[in-house]
Amino acid sequence: MKNFAKTREKIAFTMLGLATFIVVLPILLTIYYVVSNGSPAVTWEFLSKGPTNGMTEGGIFPAILGTVILIIGTMVCSLPIGILSAIYLVEYAKDNLFTRLIKLSVVNLSGIPSIVYGLFGFTLFVVFFRLGTSIVAGALTLAIMSLPVIITATKEALESVPNTYREISLSLGATKWQTVRYCVLPYAIPGILTGTVLSLSRAAGETAPILFTVAAFYLTQLPHSIFDQVMALPYHLYVISTQVPNMPTQISFATGFVLIALVFVMNLFSIILRGHYRKKKQW
Amino acid sequence: MRQKISEYIIESAIKLSGFVIIGFVILIFLFLLKDALSLFGTYSAGKFLFGTNWLPISEPPKFGMIPLLLGSIYVTFGAILICVPLGVATALFIAEVAPRSIKQILKSLVEILASIPSVVLGFIGIIWLGPFLKTTFGLTTGMCGLTGSLLLAFMALPTIISISEDALVSVPRTFKEAAYGLGATKWQTMWRVMLPAASSGIIAGVMLGIGRVIGETMVVLMVTGNAPVMPTSILQPLRTLTATIAGEMGETVSGSEHYYALFTVGLVLFIITFMINFGADLSLRKARQ
Repeated sequence: MKNFAKTREKIAFTMLGLATFIVVLPILLTIYYVVSNGSPAVTWEFLSKGPTNGMTEGGIFPAILGTVILIIGTMVCSLPIGILSAIYLVEYAKDNLFTRLIKLSVVNLSGIPSIVYGLFGFTLFVVFFRLGTSIVAGALTLAIMSLPVIITATKEALESVPNTYREISLSLGATKWQTVRYCVLPYAIPGILTGTVLSLSRAAGETAPILFTVAAFYLTQLPHSIFDQVMALPYHLYVISTQVPNMPTQISFATGFVLIALVFVMNLFSIILRGHYRKKKQW
Repeated sequence: MRQKISEYIIESAIKLSGFVIIGFVILIFLFLLKDALSLFGTYSAGKFLFGTNWLPISEPPKFGMIPLLLGSIYVTFGAILICVPLGVATALFIAEVAPRSIKQILKSLVEILASIPSVVLGFIGIIWLGPFLKTTFGLTTGMCGLTGSLLLAFMALPTIISISEDALVSVPRTFKEAAYGLGATKWQTMWRVMLPAASSGIIAGVMLGIGRVIGETMVVLMVTGNAPVMPTSILQPLRTLTATIAGEMGETVSGSEHYYALFTVGLVLFIITFMINFGADLSLRKARQ
């Protein structure tokens, strides 16, 4: 009887291992496929020049620049609201209907499909506020989309600061805000940074929200102001792999490689940051 | 005094930002609703909800969303069939079976998968997976529901794996120890004790995964063949709700019936994902208790 159970355990564990293998193998293959096909075409020229000859030649500099601008714009718009509302939820909110509504809203925001953000950004920022298809409209759309991740990460970081810190500060006569500002926030910064970089790396790879709010098919000039359109890496990859006939696949692969590399570097940065601060943590 | 004023300002900003979050959700809903209602001024809601033809540029145009809804359901269902068993099995393996050193590597790989932009996966679908499925299964085209399902399953895996794994790890140790004490093997404990105890969390992970699949746009836009017809098989080209908005928005005239119809599709998506996420949240809350 015991033997029978042991055999079954072996079979089950083999199956679980097999399932894990089926999940992991395509991840490695995908990355290998993109890197091996894409990296040969990634030259300094490819990174620093604009596309030429109907995008079938040349580089992707305008798309890289556009994505970087969008990341910065997204950060500027989403960070203040995200951090402040997380502070509200952790430090100020009482357990009432209003608080529960905020929490439900965060959950809901995180689940809204990216294309619906695109539609919303288009009607509100592009049409209603007359910003046109522009960097501002795109960054604001991506910012709202990034909020839930930033809020959740900030909340977790604030909650992990021990309560004794707050109690000691308050008992010394500090006000609520002084306590948050000097005794809680400094210790939560690493967690907040990690979450922020992670959410920005996701925003960098998104295509659907920028389709109608900022992304341009092809531009001959670099943007001059925040009311201009930009090209963006993910949209550029979408365009050259579906809309441009006779596209050399090498360029598509190289564009995909640069996009993945950008996202990975941001992720890596946030992981290193997390590890660095975790070592310093002393409670 | 100056300090008091600045403190008052910052605390007001903190409280205000809470309102702003609720405001965004309401704004998104209202702006979608406004344009959806504009459609129903000229086009009957019944025809939109139950119509089986999506022909936006025919004369007269028809905006029946059933083909699109079915397209979404087909692709989602296919993806779920693949990713739920694989995801839960992988979560079990990572949480209970894998040695500590491999555990970390596996978790990082899953995180890497989560960070791959969907447009890159769509590109791989076009250039490799589609043609591969076409020749392997002798399909008429590789750009079909199945290609979308496979890629979407792949994309939903990180959500399902990480939430299920969290749920499994947070099952109290006493449960396990009690089962071992009664002479159960490790597998019996996992199957009879751990899985049921973590079920709320696993269900939440699966629901969030489904939400992600239904809302995903670029992959389905790029690989499912974009045919807004009533799908009869997952091996045919079809089109989802999300891909319709992304594919047609650029061609519409602002303020036309077609334009409003796309916003109504957006509203439908908003409502579907709201319900899924609300359900997942309830399930997660139950799991934490």
